[in-house]
Amino acid sequence: MSAARLPRDLHPVAWWVWALGLATAASFTTNPLVLLTIVAVATLVVLARRSHQPWADAFRLYVVVAVVIVAMRVLFRVVLGGSVGGGHVLLDLPQVPLPDWVLGLQLLGPVTREALLAGLYDGLRLGTIVICVGAANALANPKRLLRSVPAALHEVGTALVVAVTVLPQLVDSARRVRTAQALRAGDSRRTGRLRRYLVPVLEDALERSLALAAGMDTRGYGRSAGAPPSERRVTGGLMLVGLCGVAVGVYAGLDHTAPRVLATPMLVLGVLAAFAGLALAGRRVARTRYRPDPWRWPEVAVMLSGVATGVVGWWVSGHQILVAYPGLTSFPQVTLVALAGSVLGLAAAAAAPEPRTVAS
Amino acid sequence: MTLLELRDITFGYGSAPVLDGVSLSVEEGELVLVTGPTGSGKSTLLGVVTGLVPRFSGGTLRGDVLLDGVSVLEAPPRERAHAMGYVGQDPLAGFVTDTVEEELAYGMEQLGLPPETMRRRVEETLDLLGIADLRDRDLRALSGGQQQRVAIGAVLTMHPRLLVLDEPTSALDPTAAEDVLATITRLVHDLGVSVLLAEHRLERVVPFADRIGLVGGDGSLVVGDPASLLATSPVVPPLVELGRAVGWSPLPLTVREARRRAATLALPPPAAEAPAAGEAGVVVSGLTVVHGRTVAVREVSLTLARGRVTALMGRNGSGKSSLLWAVQGSGARRSGRVSMGDLDPAGLRPAERRRAVGLLPQQSADLLYLETVDEECAAGGPDTRAVLDTLSPGIPGDQHPRDLSEGQRLALALSLVLAGRPPVVLLDEPTRGLDYRAKRALATILRRLAAEGRTVLVSTHDVEFTALAADDVVVLAEGEVVSSGPVRRVVAESPAFAPQVTKVLGAPWLRVDEVTDALAELP
Repeated sequence: MSAARLPRDLHPVAWWVWALGLATAASFTTNPLVLLTIVAVATLVVLARRSHQPWADAFRLYVVVAVVIVAMRVLFRVVLGGSVGGGHVLLDLPQVPLPDWVLGLQLLGPVTREALLAGLYDGLRLGTIVICVGAANALANPKRLLRSVPAALHEVGTALVVAVTVLPQLVDSARRVRTAQALRAGDSRRTGRLRRYLVPVLEDALERSLALAAGMDTRGYGRSAGAPPSERRVTGGLMLVGLCGVAVGVYAGLDHTAPRVLATPMLVLGVLAAFAGLALAGRRVARTRYRPDPWRWPEVAVMLSGVATGVVGWWVSGHQILVAYPGLTSFPQVTLVALAGSVLGLAAAAAAPEPRTVAS
Repeated sequence: MTLLELRDITFGYGSAPVLDGVSLSVEEGELVLVTGPTGSGKSTLLGVVTGLVPRFSGGTLRGDVLLDGVSVLEAPPRERAHAMGYVGQDPLAGFVTDTVEEELAYGMEQLGLPPETMRRRVEETLDLLGIADLRDRDLRALSGGQQQRVAIGAVLTMHPRLLVLDEPTSALDPTAAEDVLATITRLVHDLGVSVLLAEHRLERVVPFADRIGLVGGDGSLVVGDPASLLATSPVVPPLVELGRAVGWSPLPLTVREARRRAATLALPPPAAEAPAAGEAGVVVSGLTVVHGRTVAVREVSLTLARGRVTALMGRNGSGKSSLLWAVQGSGARRSGRVSMGDLDPAGLRPAERRRAVGLLPQQSADLLYLETVDEECAAGGPDTRAVLDTLSPGIPGDQHPRDLSEGQRLALALSLVLAGRPPVVLLDEPTRGLDYRAKRALATILRRLAAEGRTVLVSTHDVEFTALAADDVVVLAEGEVVSSGPVRRVVAESPAFAPQVTKVLGAPWLRVDEVTDALAELP
C-alpha cells in the first residue's frame, strides 16, 4: 500500500468536486433508473468512506429531505391540476371550482398516471441533487473546506466560520430561554411574549459574538505583521479597480450596444487587477497552516471520477435524448453509456483512502 | 526581572473609577493572584493587561502598561498575543475551531510559525496537559475541566511568557479544579511561565500564590505576600477564617499546616444534630432521563424532606441539571414518577406548575428581559417585590437588571421564581460567580426558605457552600445516586467533598461558626 492510500482524511475539495460532478449528471436527466443509480453510488461511497466524526451523520438528514421533496412533488401534482394534457386516469377526484382569475391552475380533479410519473421523475431529480450535496457534507467537513480558501480571502473565510459556529448556538440559546421563561410569570400578550423570548436570546448572542471576537483577538487573529500603510492603500486601490473593471466588462459584454473596447479588455483588466490585489494581500498575511491536507493522486482520482460522471451525463443529454428524458407513456430505457457514466462515480470509493480512525 | 508592569492605571466608565491609580508588577516565573469581592474590578484589571479593556469594553484608561520595560498601551490584544496568553471565564465562548488539535494550533497559525514547529508544539502541549487522548474530540463535547485545560493549552502553544487566567476554576467540580490548578503550578515550576490569575474562590488557590493583589472595590489595589494580606482581607477562604477565629499567627495557608497546628487544639464536640424531619416534600421513584443515546439520569429514587435543604453534588455532566429539570416536570423523562404531595408536576400547565415547584435555572439571566427592576417585579406578579425585599433588601427599583451585582441579580431571578409561593424550590448551580459574602447571603436565604417549611434542592460544586447551607447531600455519578444522607455523614465518607474545616479538624466539624461557638464555651 503506497503512502497516499494510508488511512487519512481526503482533501475536502476533492470530495466536493466529485459530489458536484454527480449532481451535474443528475441535473441532466429525469430518467429514474439513472437517477437511482446515482443515489446508490453516492450512498455506497458515503457508507464506505465517511469518517466517525459528528458531521458524518448528516447524510441521513439529507436523505430524509430528499424523500420529503419527492413526496411533495407528487402530492402537488395530485392537488394542483393532475390532468394537464390527458392520459390514463388512475383516480377520478372531484374538481374544486376556482375563480377565473387563477388561470392555468386547478384544484384536485382526475389524477393521471402521466402526471404522477412526471412529478415523481422531477422530484427524483431534485432529491438526487440534494443527496449528492449531502454526500459531500458527510464526507468532508464544510469547515475544513473553508480552511482551504486562499490566504488572501482568510477574513471572508473566518467570517463564514464564525457564522457557522454561532448559528447552532443561537438555536440552542433560544430553546434554553423558552424553557427558562416558562419558570416565571410575565407578559402573556403577543408583543410582550415576543419580547420575553427575543431580548434574552439577542443579549446572549451578542455576548457570545463579543466573547468569540475577544478570544480571536487575544489569540493573535488579524496581526498586521508590520505592513506599512502605503502598501495597504495600494492593495485597497487594486481591489477597487479590479471590481470596477469586472463590473464594466460584464455589463458591456451583455449589452451589445456598448462599445466593444469596454467588453473583453475591461474584463481582463479588472480580473488582473483583482488578482494582483489578492496576491499582495496574501503576501501581507504572515499566517501558516497547521497540517494542511495533502493533494495526492487519490484526490485527483476521486475528482476525475466525479467529473467523468458529470461529463457522461451531459453527453447523454445531448446525444441520447430519449434516454435522458424518457417519455411518460412507456417504461424508461437505459443505455450502457448512461449507466456506466453513473457507475464511474463508484471509482471514488476505491481510490480514496480509508478514513482515519478517531478515538471518541 | 520584571516581566509586566502596570503603572498608575486609572480606568472608569464616566465619573466613578473602577481602578484608581493602581500599580502592579509581575516578575518572571511568578504566580500572582488577584482577588476581591465580585464586581470589584478583577476582570477589568486583567483586561487592562491583555488590552481587551478598553477596546472591547469602552471607558477611559490612563496610566501605562509595560511589557519587558516597553510600553504596550497602544498595542491591541493581537499584537500582545505572542507574549501573553489569555483564557477568559467561559473557555467555550472563546473557542474558534471545532476540535482540540485545531484549537491548539490556531494561535500558532496566526503567529505564522513554520509547520514543523507547530506540529511539535501541539504534540508537546497535548502531553504536558494530559489531553493527548482528546485530540480529535469535538470541543463542545468535552467536560468543563477538559475545556479549561484545552483553553490553557491553546494559548500555551504560542509559548507566552505570561498567562492571564480569569477565574479558571470557578465553574468546575472540586476534582476538575484540582486538576487545572495542578496543571498551572506545573507550568510555573517547570517552564517558568508567569501567571496572573483572578479568582474569588480562594480555598484552593491560595497555597500556590507567590503574591496576592486585593482589589478593594473602591478602585484600590493592595499587593502583598499571602499570609500578611489575608490576615486583614475581607475575602478569605474558610481556612483563614478558622485561623483567625482560633488566633493562629502567622496564619496557616495550607490544610497541612493548619492540621499540624490543630493537633494542640482541644475543643468540645459540636452539638448533636436535630434528627431528620419526617414528612416527605418530594418523592422521586425510578426516574430515568435519556438524551439521545446517553442516559443522563438512571432509575433514581429519592425522598426529599420538607423543611430541609438538600445539596445535589457530583462532577460536571453527572446528570444534576437533568434531574432537576425532570423533577420540575418540564424536562422530558423516560420513565419514573415524581410526586409532590398528591400531584405530579409533569402533568401540570406552566402557570400551575409554577405554584407547585420553582426552579432557578443555571443561566438565571435567561429569566430577565425588562429594563428596570420595578418592571420585572410588576411582570412577575403582585408578591414579587415583597419577596425580593426579604431576599435582598434595598435594591433600587429603577436600576437595569444587568447593572446589578451578581448576587443581587440572582436574588431578583429567585424572587421571580418564588413569586408563585411554590412549596418546592429547586436551584441549579446558583453559586457560580458569587463571592463569599454573597454565598453566605444565599445560604441564609435557603435556610429561611427551609424554615418556612419548603423543600429545597440545590445543585452545586461548592463544598464550602454545601457545608454552610445544606442539611442533606445527594451525590450523583453517571446519573446514579452514589451516596446520600446528612451532610456530616456524607462528607466524612468521601474526602473529595470535605470542606476545609473538616479537612483540618476531622469528621464532625463542618463550619467555622461551629468552631467559634465551641471556642466560646471553653473556659
